[in-house]
Amino acid sequence: MSLDKAQIEKIAWLARLAMIEDSLPDYQHDLGNILELVEQIKNVDTEAVAPLAHPVEIMARLRRDEITETDQREKFQQLAPAVAEGHYLVPKVIE
Amino acid sequence: MELSQLLHTGELSSEELTAHFLQRARQFNPALNAYITLTEELALRQAQAADKRLADKTAGALTGIPIAHKDIFCLDGVRTSCGSKMLDNFIAPYNATVVEKCNQAGMVTLGKTNMDEFAMGSSNETSYYGPAKNPWHAEYVPGGSSGGSASAVAARLAAAATGTDTGGSIRQPAALCGVCGLKPTYGRISRYGIIAFASSLDQGGPLAQTAEDAALLLGVMAGHDPRDATSVDRPVEDYLASLNDDIAGLKIGLPKQHFDEKLDDDIAEKIQDAIRQLEQAGAIIKDIDLPNTALSIPAYYVVAPAEASSNLARYDGVRFGHRCDDPQDLADLYCRSRAEGFGREVKRRIMIGTYVLSAGYYDAYYLKAQKLRRLIRDDFQNAFREVDVIIGPSSPTTAFKLNERTNDPVSMYLSDIYTASVNLAGLPAISIPAGFSRRLPIGLQIISNYFAEARILNVAHKYQQLSDWHRQIPGGYE
Repeated sequence: MSLDKAQIEKIAWLARLAMIEDSLPDYQHDLGNILELVEQIKNVDTEAVAPLAHPVEIMARLRRDEITETDQREKFQQLAPAVAEGHYLVPKVIE
Repeated sequence: MELSQLLHTGELSSEELTAHFLQRARQFNPALNAYITLTEELALRQAQAADKRLADKTAGALTGIPIAHKDIFCLDGVRTSCGSKMLDNFIAPYNATVVEKCNQAGMVTLGKTNMDEFAMGSSNETSYYGPAKNPWHAEYVPGGSSGGSASAVAARLAAAATGTDTGGSIRQPAALCGVCGLKPTYGRISRYGIIAFASSLDQGGPLAQTAEDAALLLGVMAGHDPRDATSVDRPVEDYLASLNDDIAGLKIGLPKQHFDEKLDDDIAEKIQDAIRQLEQAGAIIKDIDLPNTALSIPAYYVVAPAEASSNLARYDGVRFGHRCDDPQDLADLYCRSRAEGFGREVKRRIMIGTYVLSAGYYDAYYLKAQKLRRLIRDDFQNAFREVDVIIGPSSPTTAFKLNERTNDPVSMYLSDIYTASVNLAGLPAISIPAGFSRRLPIGLQIISNYFAEARILNVAHKYQQLSDWHRQIPGGYE
């Protein structure tokens, strides 16, 4: 199983990872090896098997619709790289 | 336990005990790199509070005992890096539930331990802070991802430590460092405040010197938490009460797939020695079959990266964590912040996860892996109709040399060949010391059915009464 350069670039874009041209061959090599390992799953007949998403098949619990969280905006925004007037700053999106 | 007695009889104060461990941590950390951060002020404050509880007789068994937390557990006001450049500047704004429970029990926080970046690794070498070392041999890895915790407990830089286990990340380093490491049933311990890697596999647990200590710690850490929708609402047992139960008649299953050609011969022999000792104590040994074991690593490397790619999408350079300089636009901000903040192994896994979830591939990989997950779980359920516990080696090899496997991710992944299936099934398992091979520790794994942690700890404790491997201290750290 191997991925070509264009595929690696597409995956990197979907994952929002900037990819330096020099490191492409390394990723191509490593991801190819990992997918080769993973390919083994295709050899098993699972026609009659239902997928298991979760080890313990539990039901999602509901809670009462009450306010349980307090406003900690200032505390949390201290962690942000760029904020102004209580907002998170990003580069201009709309012209 | 022994330390707890000293505290309760007043022979030792928590402040003295804490100062002792902090002194050792400062002395040995330059060589072992087991801690990323020491929390000395917090530790001394908690130790003084513990001494008050000990004096006025409101102390529990773990009050005043110093513990180290893997740097994946949020600790309010302290950097919680997850071993990543991405979170090098992240000061956790709240405590993980496990940390909160340890605090309530009066335990003393010594610091945050080293780990593979975002818990992705089996050698601690993907840490942004450099690898922790194995105290049994400084040129060898401690295992991973909870390598700093295992190294710290083995070298007596902490009385105990917390870890997390997604594919073997508590049990494999425990095995490689010669300590006990317990991964409880999925849902037994709250994941709230544990930085997420693969949410359907992650589970926290203790690393300690003895099964008895692990039992005490599990009692404190376990329990339902409304803040984690997957934590199970079920009473926490008294894990100490059944530690000494007789194991005569206990049915132990040996899966032939855990004694395969990948297993080192010397380890196989030592594991068989341990099994013979349990047999002499009255256990009944039975060969069992877990036919889909070989598929657990391939299935794991679909499920875990898929969940990781989703969980790690939150690191966008906007709300917390690393942000690149001078972003040109929003896409540039995301792409460069993430490329700079994540290390190579994390990027590989995010990309694998992205690929297997992408349009056109979902059924072939992700859905297929979930079907295999059911087959793997059914294998265990069939086995547990015949036996009470399953025993085998924790890892196919002892500790390996630093840099030996870093260029070959797949060979690194195969370190978890006996442990990852347990995560896919959500079962509890422990690794305990069972001897040495070429002076490096060997780990024995005991797996049981859902929520049968008490049985695992009982068998582990019984074995530790028949052996003294868990009492060995690496040379230079006595």
